[in-house]
Amino acid sequence: MCTRVVGTLAHVIEAAGLATVALSLVRPQIERSRPPRALHCEFPLGRPLGRPGDPAFQRRVLEAAFALLERPAGPVLEDFPETISDEADQPLACPLPPRFDPATPAAVDEARALRPAWERAREAGGGTQVGRVVDADGIPDAVAAFVRIAAGLPWTEADLPGDPAAVAMDIRGYYEEAALALADHVLAARAAESWLYRTTETGAILKAAMAEMAQASPAYERIFYLVPMSQQ
Amino acid sequence: MALDRLENGAMLMADSEMRRMVADLPSPEFETTAFTSPPPLTDATVALVTTAGLMRLGEEWVPQEGQAGYKVFGRDERDLVVGHQSMNFDRTGIAADRNVAYPIDRLDELTAGGVIGAVAPQHLSFTGPIMDLTTVVIDTGPAAAALLRGDGVDVVLLTPV
Repeated sequence: MCTRVVGTLAHVIEAAGLATVALSLVRPQIERSRPPRALHCEFPLGRPLGRPGDPAFQRRVLEAAFALLERPAGPVLEDFPETISDEADQPLACPLPPRFDPATPAAVDEARALRPAWERAREAGGGTQVGRVVDADGIPDAVAAFVRIAAGLPWTEADLPGDPAAVAMDIRGYYEEAALALADHVLAARAAESWLYRTTETGAILKAAMAEMAQASPAYERIFYLVPMSQQ
Repeated sequence: MALDRLENGAMLMADSEMRRMVADLPSPEFETTAFTSPPPLTDATVALVTTAGLMRLGEEWVPQEGQAGYKVFGRDERDLVVGHQSMNFDRTGIAADRNVAYPIDRLDELTAGGVIGAVAPQHLSFTGPIMDLTTVVIDTGPAAAALLRGDGVDVVLLTPV
């Protein structure tokens, strides 16, 4: 939905006397919005400049976008000449940590074991996306809460540390950042997502918890946001 | 691995599925398209407006459905996280390199290289999951534009996720 918001904002900001260039990730939406200047980038959703860790490629996208400012009239819609696809169909292949504490649920054990990888990713990237509601220290306990939900405990009694979808988002971030370190290169879009939800213990728990919560009373109204649609 | 849905061809590319799902969402219709001629890029002050739902680590996260407001970030702020609640886009790209959605470092480089005049002192983030854009059109969008004008911004680059 972001491209239609970007297209709308471009109209409003341009009308206030500022020149705008909108990047687009969903062509039918930008065609309908018809903002003053738009560069459609057929890149993975979430990556409007195409390639993370590739400043030269990103500069080419910016140059193509800013070149639209030289047009004498609008609306202008052009396509960036290169396309990039996600690789949700090719989960990252990497060994998962062995069981360490058999007394602990496998997903919790796994989350703890991935901490060094997450630390390496944080140091390499200079930051983290984990911490909207749960930081890395709290991830194993958050996973444990979803283990309880998957086992049938009502989600309202599972001691989740915050909104379930927001907690799930932090768990996903923790795993995906660990995956960046395990792979030791910038991953194709959604390769880590598919790794998490299709190969890890925690991914299976999140999907099982979602299935339980779908039957819950009271219902969790934001259940749509617990697991990516492509992984449900 | 549970790749059934992939093997039957139903969901080979997750983004393709998402694009099909959202392609027909209605957008506000503008009778005319405003068009402002900027100064030469080498003299222009450039700001970013993203819909990634950026927030600062440590800020309270709130559900974003229908949230038409925006957050303001200084040009030197870097400890930002994607608060956008949708699970349906890649997040490893921005985790590895913020510039893939919020190209603030690239703007600094373009300024140093003389390609653009200056990087604006402040940049904005809206969030994407806004079905009803009325408030954006009549309230928060104009307020954002006024803020940027007050900062002397000439050019705005908008980035979706």
